Amino acid sequence: MLLARIIGTVVATRKDPRLEGKKLLICRQVDPDGNDEKGYLVAVDTVHAGFREQVLIVQGSSARMAQGCKDTPVDAAIVGIIDQVAQD
Amino acid sequence: MYLGRVIGRVVSTVKDASLVGRKLLLIRRLPNGPSVVAVDAVGAGAGETVYVCRGREAAFAFKPHEVPTEASVVAIVDTIEREL
Repeated sequence: MLLARIIGTVVATRKDPRLEGKKLLICRQVDPDGNDEKGYLVAVDTVHAGFREQVLIVQGSSARMAQGCKDTPVDAAIVGIIDQVAQD
Repeated sequence: MYLGRVIGRVVSTVKDASLVGRKLLLIRRLPNGPSVVAVDAVGAGAGETVYVCRGREAAFAFKPHEVPTEASVVAIVDTIEREL
């Protein structure tokens, strides 16, 4: 799973029916210190995350195990909003 | 699967219901790889060397529960023997 920050939203009208009602968010991966890394990904929101929030993203087929994503064409899902990253 | 070191913890209050009660650990791939957030399945702690399972199979560690994860800590390493 990876840490990311929400940097935008995606609006799609014509889409797979199983994606209807799901929020699509543009996320940028961050390191444990909160610094931006390269690239972005579009993830389905399952926890009502908001703009600029740091979130936990699950990728791959495991994303379908997030709540409400069963049998949906999803390979990245936001499954948590990060409060704190404690490094030793 | 690969070896990693526990370098921290991740705290999240609002999360998927299947993740409630699970420990989220920050793992660095050994020796100097990238860090990843993994769900703990064995009770690993800070600084320990662990075995990390990636991909769809990572969720199998929590059967019969369905946990949405693609990285799990599935073992704590006691010793490593290898030939150089």
